[in-house]
Amino acid sequence: MPRTIIEKLWDSHVVSQQPGAPALLYIDLHLVHEVTSPQAFQGLRERKLKVRRPDLTVATMDHSIPTTDRSLPIVDEIAARQVAQLEANCAEFGIPLYGMKSDRQGIVHVIGPELGLTQPGMTVVCGDSHTATHGAFGALAFGIGTSEIEHVLATQCLLQRPSKTFEVKVPGKLKPGVSAKDIILALIARIGIGGGTESVFEYTGAAIRALSVEERMTVCNMTIEAGARAGLVAPDDATFQYLNGRPYAPKGAAWDAAVARWKQLPTDEGALYDRNVTIDADRLEPMITFGTNPGMGMPIGAPVPEPSKLSDPAERDALAKALQYMGLEGGKPLLGRPVNVVFIGSCTNSRISDLRTAAGILKGRKVNPKVRVLVVPGSQEVKRQAIAEGLPEIFRAAGAEWREPGCSMCIAMNGDYVPTGEYSVSTSNRNFEGRQGKGARTFLASPLTAAASAITGVVTDIRTLL
Amino acid sequence: MSFQNIESHVVPMPNRNVDTDQIIPARFLKTISKEGLGDNLFCDWRYDAQGKPKPDFILNQPIAKGAQVLLAGDNFGCGSSREHAPWALTQFGFRAVISTSFADIFKANSLKNGLLPVIVPAEVHAELFEAVAKNPNAKVKIDLRDQTLTTPGGRAVSFPVDSFAKHCLLEGVDEIGYTLQRNAEIAAYEARRVGSINTLA
Repeated sequence: MPRTIIEKLWDSHVVSQQPGAPALLYIDLHLVHEVTSPQAFQGLRERKLKVRRPDLTVATMDHSIPTTDRSLPIVDEIAARQVAQLEANCAEFGIPLYGMKSDRQGIVHVIGPELGLTQPGMTVVCGDSHTATHGAFGALAFGIGTSEIEHVLATQCLLQRPSKTFEVKVPGKLKPGVSAKDIILALIARIGIGGGTESVFEYTGAAIRALSVEERMTVCNMTIEAGARAGLVAPDDATFQYLNGRPYAPKGAAWDAAVARWKQLPTDEGALYDRNVTIDADRLEPMITFGTNPGMGMPIGAPVPEPSKLSDPAERDALAKALQYMGLEGGKPLLGRPVNVVFIGSCTNSRISDLRTAAGILKGRKVNPKVRVLVVPGSQEVKRQAIAEGLPEIFRAAGAEWREPGCSMCIAMNGDYVPTGEYSVSTSNRNFEGRQGKGARTFLASPLTAAASAITGVVTDIRTLL
Repeated sequence: MSFQNIESHVVPMPNRNVDTDQIIPARFLKTISKEGLGDNLFCDWRYDAQGKPKPDFILNQPIAKGAQVLLAGDNFGCGSSREHAPWALTQFGFRAVISTSFADIFKANSLKNGLLPVIVPAEVHAELFEAVAKNPNAKVKIDLRDQTLTTPGGRAVSFPVDSFAKHCLLEGVDEIGYTLQRNAEIAAYEARRVGSINTLA
């Protein structure tokens, strides 16, 4: 029977299937960071257990670390203790750690792929909901909680039920000014933030094929914002080209054997999905969110929706509440609205191609003096490459801040935050109340839109600057 | 510890799509323990800028005292994978959340912490909100073994639970202990894996 790539990945990782019980699923790569792991290591200690496969595990620090000078100690004592705890845990349990001073440190979802650790056909987990990022390589990658982290550390397996298969088809071709971020924001706006619950997405179609591997990561990254467990893109030559020569990618004969295996992964002709949706790339425009969840998004030129025009009372209340938090009025455009902060970074949009895109817009221009602009590279490797290409000079000359790698203002737990009541255009993935700081108001958008808005100081359609 | 039946009044929170950043904001995730999160449950909705309880927020009202059941809006627990969300809810005193739907990771995390996600049809959901609006002391009963929720009006409604999660909750089965017993199968699987990475290399 023809199978989807989702089913192939599942079938090849089932260790054991007892009647009535969930399958025992093998995990090929476990990524660990400082925020969701301490209690899991403590659990191991209490049970007197070891980490079963430290060789399939890797740790880094990203969420709670400052993006300022790394030679200085962490001022926040609680964050400093959490970072020290990860160092102690990795030393005790024999797990490789790319810590604060490592030249491989970075956002966990940026370093896995750039080191070649993330490969097609794998199962990848991390105590972080944006783990679906790794699906861009044709891996089954999903976020887990701390109890499950402990389970994987102890057994290298998870107890799982299969998900529904859900094809997200994106035919056509993106127009200038429209990017990978706009595809995923449009999908979430279409199906809603619970639209993918209990499902795994496979992104297919010409517009997905035409994306670079880094752009596919942006799409897969925000899969969770549509409620799905994981999202992936079948591997192709672009995937293999990206991986070839990376530190942990197979070499020589092992590389050839791996590519041969990976070529078996794509969905078979005639395989059926439980659900599907089509997003027509030809008709997409730059997207922006106006509300307090990622599903509250619209084409950038559209007016903010009006609560009074919604017939469902619960939806009307939710929209009214969101607009009140955001300080916005239904029926009015977002274009031209002043912004205070622009954040270019996060596991969604902090890779070298994102920084090149932003630099391309900012080069030879000045940031509006009323706007604070933060550019935060996703990793030390991204930072090195950016320096080699002269990007920090472009950002600084324009009036933007160039920072050290980390999650930064996406989750605002490291001292980088948007002040209460202020507006940010952010390339990150969540616009929940308080996400970028208590009382912060977030417009999620692409790096192109963020860079354009940084220059004008107002929400701006990038197509007017191209 | 095995899961006991619940009989409790309920705290109504009709907001749809309550995300984990609301349940427990990220700044409280710098802790290395599971403790001390209950006081910060729904922190930014619950306290004003000076840290004083906001009287109009439901958790600051008499109804929240001693309540074991949260009656929540659709798609409760969306957003991040933080298990701090169910830790904060259980530390406050909740043992079950009733909604029409839950986000996947939140649901899995809750079941591992003795917090029962109870999924009910939209009409039952609406009926429960009405019953609580009429009588804040109205009680529901939740029986996990029978998978039934009894409404204040006495109507028994069945709800779905994963059979294995139910077994673990009722019998106090430790999932890690269960998987460790499958060691031989895991080792056999490992013996036939090809093309593994080695992060220690």
